[in-house]
Amino acid sequence: MTHPTTTAPDGVPSPDASSADGAADGRSPRGAPGPGVTRRPLTASRRENRAGLAFVTPTVVVVGVVVVLPILWTVLLAFQNARLIDIQNMGLLGDWSLENFQSVFGSPGFWTSLWTTLLYTVGSTAGSIALGLVAALALRKPFRGRGLVRGSMLLPYVAPVVAVAFVWQIALSPQFGIVNEWGAKLLGWDDPVAFLSTRSYEVSLLGLDFELPLALLTVIAFETWRYFPFAFLFLLARLQAVPGSLEEAAKVDGAAPTQRFRHVLLPQLMPVVALLSVLRFIMEFNKFDDVYLLTGGGSGTDVVAVRVYNFLTARFDVGAAAAQALVLAVILMALLGLYFTFFGRKVQEDS
Amino acid sequence: MSRAQFEERLFGVLRWVVIAFLALITLAPFYYMLLLSVKPIDALLLDPGRLWVSAQEFTLSTYEEVLKPTAEGGQGFLGMLSNSALASLGAVVLTLLAAIPGSYAVSRLRFFGGRQLSALFLAVYLFPATLLAVPLFVMFAKIGLQGSIVGLAIVYIAQTVPVSVYMLRNYFATIPFSVEEAAALDGCSRLQTIRRVVLPLAAPSLMATALYIFMIAWNEFLFALLFLAATPENWTVSLGLQQLANGIEVSKTVLMAGSVVLTVPVVLLFLAAERLLTEGLTSGADKS
Repeated sequence: MTHPTTTAPDGVPSPDASSADGAADGRSPRGAPGPGVTRRPLTASRRENRAGLAFVTPTVVVVGVVVVLPILWTVLLAFQNARLIDIQNMGLLGDWSLENFQSVFGSPGFWTSLWTTLLYTVGSTAGSIALGLVAALALRKPFRGRGLVRGSMLLPYVAPVVAVAFVWQIALSPQFGIVNEWGAKLLGWDDPVAFLSTRSYEVSLLGLDFELPLALLTVIAFETWRYFPFAFLFLLARLQAVPGSLEEAAKVDGAAPTQRFRHVLLPQLMPVVALLSVLRFIMEFNKFDDVYLLTGGGSGTDVVAVRVYNFLTARFDVGAAAAQALVLAVILMALLGLYFTFFGRKVQEDS
Repeated sequence: MSRAQFEERLFGVLRWVVIAFLALITLAPFYYMLLLSVKPIDALLLDPGRLWVSAQEFTLSTYEEVLKPTAEGGQGFLGMLSNSALASLGAVVLTLLAAIPGSYAVSRLRFFGGRQLSALFLAVYLFPATLLAVPLFVMFAKIGLQGSIVGLAIVYIAQTVPVSVYMLRNYFATIPFSVEEAAALDGCSRLQTIRRVVLPLAAPSLMATALYIFMIAWNEFLFALLFLAATPENWTVSLGLQQLANGIEVSKTVLMAGSVVLTVPVVLLFLAAERLLTEGLTSGADKS
């Protein structure tokens, strides 16, 4: 997973890939994984091998053309001084330079934006999984109207991002937003709060002053809201597969609900939580549209993906945009590599 | 009272509080969207906190403005709806054509590099869409697909193939080998087996996957923005709505009517097939 490009786009497995699978293949006649497989003579397995390659070819070709080739080209572009106007007539091998990377790493905006991306990713991932877990636990046992509540709870995930982003924008607006109106009425807010355009908001609590990155927190809240249904679905499915006898036994032994959760349910849920963490982390790290639509990347929410878009469309600097996107992808792969090395054996098998 | 009894009672109450809270945060934004879409803008500005619309105020002129063709002074969302439908259906067909053979192969057949390919299909997610966008943009400009809906549908494959392979693979894995063996004994070739036995069996899963692809494509925004921004006659509803909000001053209530128009088709589709969809999506999760 950390070396996705080692398999060439034309479907020829790289040497290490084929040797790894060759070992697995050598195991199969002896190891008896499925019925039928064992009884087949060697020619059948060779035929299967050929059929497998034949079947997978169309998919690999499509993925190669639409995904792998573009990625490889981006890698090339990142090392060239490419602007959108002259890119059409440019050969693949222009003048190579590290200029783009120098300017990316040299600009102070990049590091703050990387830090923002990290905060945003961790906050949204943790938030959506935590809320999803709470929701799954609350809706675990059947009750009248559960189907309805469950269906409505998936709405944020299903609805188009453009529509829900605009609803949040209007609801949070300082001029005519319902949140500020009710905040003033019910909670006695003195001034309307500009949730989506306040870089830092001063809060006094117990005589101490805090600076909250309000716009960033609002965007994280939006992501938590939009993606908790995803975590909820997976966790609920897993919860309903937990054998009832396990919990019954704990209950008979007098375990309180928190104890049952901690010692019975949580261990069962951990693989799914780990898988969700990885999936959500990857998605959020590369997220563009939610942030772009809510804040346009302003007020301390300039995640790297939005910066890439701005380099592309405002400055037409394809090289710099490609370099930043590439750095983003490399950092993500490094983080995932670390994760899988230290914690992820189980997750890797699941996914 | 023991700890167990105390907690039993506490969580018994808390559970309902949580359910009410969740219902509120998921439904309220959509109610708000619907409410604003049938109000005149003055009513919103006068009393932003009001949660209902009076009979005198109620208006559908916002929808009229959004749906009417641009030639008649509207925003032309009717045309955009058909663009969105076309791009999404195109994405569904193309993605399924691309994903079915591959996911069958990685779930059923043992072959050199099979597992690595399975990982590769998911590894696609590692790369930001913005990274794919640049070269695809240039490639499409070169072959003349820039600004076309067909081009957009092709680009969506990049977003939808990984999740389709994942969903289909999980389902194919649950079909017993013996079914295929029986077909083979009856003289079916592998291709015939797939067409006559496996695919009909997998019909629910194919439906779920198709719906999910449709949802992704219908809701997609970045690629539409990059590829279609210059050709307004091909705008999808998502793009049209964003351009509407960014352009000349359009009242927020019209914007909300546009949001409703964008949201309703996909939500209806989802509600009609909720069970199918959630099972298709999570079928890997409860077996882990």
